[in-house]
This record gives sequence, C-alpha cells and structure tokens, in this order.
Amino acid sequence: MTAAHNVLSVERLKKYFPIRRGLLRRIVGHVKAVDDVSFTIARGETLSLVGESGCGKTTTSRCILRAMQPTEGVIRFRTDADRDVDVASLARSELRPLRRQMQMIFQDPYSSLNPRMTISDIIGEPLLVNRIGDLATRRQRIAELLDVVQLPRAYMNRFPHAFSGGQRQRIGIARALALNPALIVADEPVSALDVSVQAQIINLMLELQDRLGLSYLFVAHDLSVVKHVSHRVAVMYVGRIVEIAPTATLFAAPKHPYTEALLSAVPVPDPRQRAKRIVLEGEVADPSNTPAGCAFHPRCRYAVERCKVEVPVLAPTAEGALVACHRASELGLAGVGAVS
Amino acid sequence: MVEPILSVRDLVTYFRPEEGVVRAVDGASFDLHAGRTLGIVGESGCGKSVTARSILRIVERPGRVEGGEILLRRADGRVVDLAKLDDKSQEMRNIRGGAIGYIFQEPMSSLSAFHTVGNQIIEAIRLHRKLTAKEARERAIELLQLVGIPQPQQRVDSYSFELSGGLRQRVMIALALAAEPGILIADEPTTALDVTTQAQILELIRRLQAERHLAVILITHDMGVIAEMADSVAVMYLGKIVESGPVDAIFHAPRHPYTQALLRSIPSVLAAPRSRLATIAGSIPHPYARPPGCPYYPRCHSFMAGVCDKSTPPVNRIDAAHEVRCFLYGAATETAA
Repeated sequence: MTAAHNVLSVERLKKYFPIRRGLLRRIVGHVKAVDDVSFTIARGETLSLVGESGCGKTTTSRCILRAMQPTEGVIRFRTDADRDVDVASLARSELRPLRRQMQMIFQDPYSSLNPRMTISDIIGEPLLVNRIGDLATRRQRIAELLDVVQLPRAYMNRFPHAFSGGQRQRIGIARALALNPALIVADEPVSALDVSVQAQIINLMLELQDRLGLSYLFVAHDLSVVKHVSHRVAVMYVGRIVEIAPTATLFAAPKHPYTEALLSAVPVPDPRQRAKRIVLEGEVADPSNTPAGCAFHPRCRYAVERCKVEVPVLAPTAEGALVACHRASELGLAGVGAVS
Repeated sequence: MVEPILSVRDLVTYFRPEEGVVRAVDGASFDLHAGRTLGIVGESGCGKSVTARSILRIVERPGRVEGGEILLRRADGRVVDLAKLDDKSQEMRNIRGGAIGYIFQEPMSSLSAFHTVGNQIIEAIRLHRKLTAKEARERAIELLQLVGIPQPQQRVDSYSFELSGGLRQRVMIALALAAEPGILIADEPTTALDVTTQAQILELIRRLQAERHLAVILITHDMGVIAEMADSVAVMYLGKIVESGPVDAIFHAPRHPYTQALLRSIPSVLAAPRSRLATIAGSIPHPYARPPGCPYYPRCHSFMAGVCDKSTPPVNRIDAAHEVRCFLYGAATETAA
C-alpha cells in the first residue's frame, strides 16, 4: 500500500494534558493521554483502535477531528482535491471545508440527536450549514440518505424520541454521510445497542463502506465487534500503540503480550471453549506516571530486566505487523480463532 | 435431585404507571441450586433485572410483584415465600443482604461516597451478625483479602472514589458476602468494566462460588459471559422465559427461534474477519405496544399466522432439564415429527 492511497496518515501524535497545582497553577506534570502515536488509513479501509478505558483511543480520534488541539505531531489528511493538508496545524477558519470530509458517528444515539429537531432537520443540517443546494434538492438528498441507511422516507418529519436505539444510530449515520465524507470516525458506535440491533448496524457499516468507498477509524473496546469490521487493528496501552496488524494476523498470532492477554480475556460464546484465561494482575498504569521502560512490564508475565529500563519501539515483524515489544521475536503467543 | 435453594414459580411483576401496564416479568419460573450458576440472559427490557429485584423485593414503584411464588429455603430448612412477605418486614430485611447477597452493575453508585468501604462492610456484617465493632472490622479486612484487594489493612479505611472500577466491584462483592449468604445475585456485574478487569471479576466469582458452595444468579446481556460462567441458562424476551436448559443445550441445541437468532447474531472473536452477521429483523417492541400471543412473533422466522399471534405458547419440554415456550415444539408437532 503506497502513501498515495492513504486518506489519513498520523505521525508521532502527542496529546498531553497539564496537571496544575498550587496557587500559581504551576504545571507539575502531564497526563500523557496520547504519546507518540503513528498510523495510516487507506482509502476504503477500516482501522480499529482498541484498548481499555484511558488508553488514549478516544483522545486520538478527537485530535484527528481537531475537536482537541494535539500537543505535537502531524495529521496528514488527503482532501477530495488530492491535496495533503496537516489537520494538526490548520487555522480554525481552514477547518470547516475539511470537516465536510471527515465525519463522526457517536456512541450514544440517545444524546447525540437533538430531540427538538425532526429527522429531516437532523440529517439536512450539515447541508444547510454548508449552504449546499436549495430546499428541494436538500429534501431529495435527505430522502436518498434515508434509503441508504434503510429507513422509510415517511419518517422524515418525525422526532428522534419515536425511534429505537438502532433506528437512531441509522439517523446518525445518515447525518454523517450527508456531505459525502471520505473518512468516518466512529467512536464505539454499537456498544450502546442491544445484540440483535448491533448486528444490523455492523452490517450496514460494512455495506456502506463497500458501496461508497468510505474509510473508517473505528474506536472500540469490544474485540468481537472489531473482528467483524476491521481490515487492520491497532492496540493501545497507556497512550501508545503496542501492536498494529492485519485483523486475521492480530487475532490468530498476536505478537505483544498485552494483545495476547486482551484476546484471552474476551469471553467466547461457546461453553465448550471455557479456556484457561490469562488473567492480568493489577491495574492499567497511570498515564500521568507511567512505569519506566515498557509501560506494560509490571503486568507482563514475560517481562525481563530490559523491559524495565528501555522503552520498546514499534518494529516490523515477519507477518506484516508492527509490534513494540523487546521479546516479540522469541515469544510464541497464543491467539484466538486460528486460521482454519 | 437435591431440593433447590430458591424456586421461582410463575412470577408476575407489573409496572402500572398512569399510561398503561408494563408486564416486566410475566410468568417466570426457575430453580436455583446450591453450588450452581443460573444465567439469565436477554436484551434490554426483557425483564431480567426486574426478576432479580423481585426476588430481593426491591422493585421500584409503580412496579409490584403481583403474582407467583418465590420460595426460599432457609438455613433451618423452613421454606419462605418471598412474594408473600411485606417488602419492609423484618424477615425480608434479614433475607436481603443476609440469605441473599447481591451486586449490581454500577459499583460507583451502589457504594456510599461518605463512608469508608470498611465502615460499609462493618455495617453490613453487624446488621446480620452479633459481632463487636473490633471483630467486625477484622472480619471486614478478611473479606477484603478474600476478594483479592491488595493491602486490605490500609484499603479498609479508603473511600470508594479512591478505588478503581475493578477494586470497587471487588468491594461490592465483599459487601455482598458479608453476611455469608447462600445465594448471590449478580446483575451485570462486569458490564461497566474493561475486558481484562471483567476476566478478574468473573474468575473471583467462580472461585468464591466453589469455596462457599454459593448458588449464583448471573444476569447479563452478554452471551460470552453466560457461556463462560453458567451451568444452566434462562433466555428472556419481553418478560417471558422463552427457553431454559443446561448451558450446553442452549448454545449447541437451541430450540426457540429467538435463542437461535440471538446466538447467530452475536459478534465473536472466532468469526472470520469482516464477516457479515446474521440479524434479527426489526427491533424490540415498546413495552406499551407488546404484541399479543407470543411476544416474539413479529420478528420470528417460523411465525405461524393464526397461532403465534393468537395465543400464548405453553411451556414445552424437550427433555428433563430443557424447556421452550414455543408452538413449534407442541405435542402435535412432536407426533408429526
């Protein structure tokens, strides 16, 4: 995959939050929410960012949308005019045309739709704000968008309260698609939904991607969902990517001990596979006071002296993955759902 | 088979707000045995949490247990029907937290922010057992140790907000076990937790169950957690148990069309990457717009017009332990097959 196909290329992204104390509000330290994160997303590709609460996956996605100002780093976005712009350094006034091309789907379909607006107003708002078309063409576009997310056009004049969680999430997706974006950032888009509805939304997202050539940055904690949507997966731990690999490789042959433990902890919906779990000891490290060396070493069952002093960097493996572990090449870690 | 420690028969809990009736639990029956885990699984609004709250008699108004029996076998061999007890009676108070311990999803809102975790556990211990303050404190430290809290001598004096989500849920479990109950009800105990913390908590519940021969009711929407933990499973849909049986039968020989569809629609780490999921058509009906007959018929792929939408399907027995509430398995169908 050459750089020319990348919709997004994030280089050495950092987001530090200052910790202030005392009368003078002096900065006494930093919460390193995102610490030196790099990845790319190709056109038509889904990259998932996974990890546990506080790992920095949501902060990363916020920085990409410039809902947060990154501390450091480059966020290269390829516009529809085939021009590369650095989202991280753009002035606010230059952001608006760019935001048409990057949209977001939110986790909670109950709080992300304005209850006082009709479905047609919600989906049409991005068109109105960007002064696209007249009333008639906008209505036509709204009708098409409802078709795309498989909702009846008759719902146009109803209010969000009349809809179920799954239907609301479809409305949110229609709104995100209104401006024909190239990249959609979806932050836990199905985790608030019931299982039977979750499947519908996952399938819809897959279909839309195939039809419209969308790229997704999919932020999630549920590895089962991630397996159903991703081409590649990046695993984050305390602000850093510890492993990034094609989906099948990551699940079947993880190279980082944290990935192995995460996979092992996922309950498998089959009582005949009550495997012996790797239960991690202790808690996720504090991002304002990360352990020296590899941040995962205090919980790692493979840690050696070197892990306590030297920070591992992401390095390529034979399988086409990148992994930040000193012992990656010598450990034979267990995955799930081996390629059969 | 040994006598069940808890036997729920035709439990009916309705909510009657001014706008109508919500049949939150509509005729649920199941047995719970010492040392075993019963998993109750279902999607939102299926009545799984209200079932738990009915057993504990903490259903909020305008909800009320309106029928059925909740037969609890006490330590002295007496059988008490909790459905007949006044929810504020002394006996119900003794049972709640005494004979039946419980943990809920949100450890943050279930613990007081104004009292140390130790004082909360001590209070629970002394409510149910005659111990001096000093003895109760020692017991509290033992309990914190039991649930795997590091440095229990120090942690006993910390406040809940000083603890992480995983430690808080451990404190909740210590609190639930304070009076050495025979039954533990865990309502979505790991839903708010990260997956590695979830693995720790499930492991802990399993260990405690084995050590203390606890009967556990585990309520969750997560089929993975059920597969991992349960001995037997009850699948609920809109207030009814549509299918119940041993965990292996539920996962490998499910009979009810809802159970079958639910199992097909769950994402799995074992699936092929980017594979489409089977879906269930439509969505869960609004509680006021509950379909007549079998509540699942509008979404069911085996719907029989004139049957499923007319009357409520009876409980049909597949074998001694496996029951399904569906017309497909009626006596007539069996002879035909």
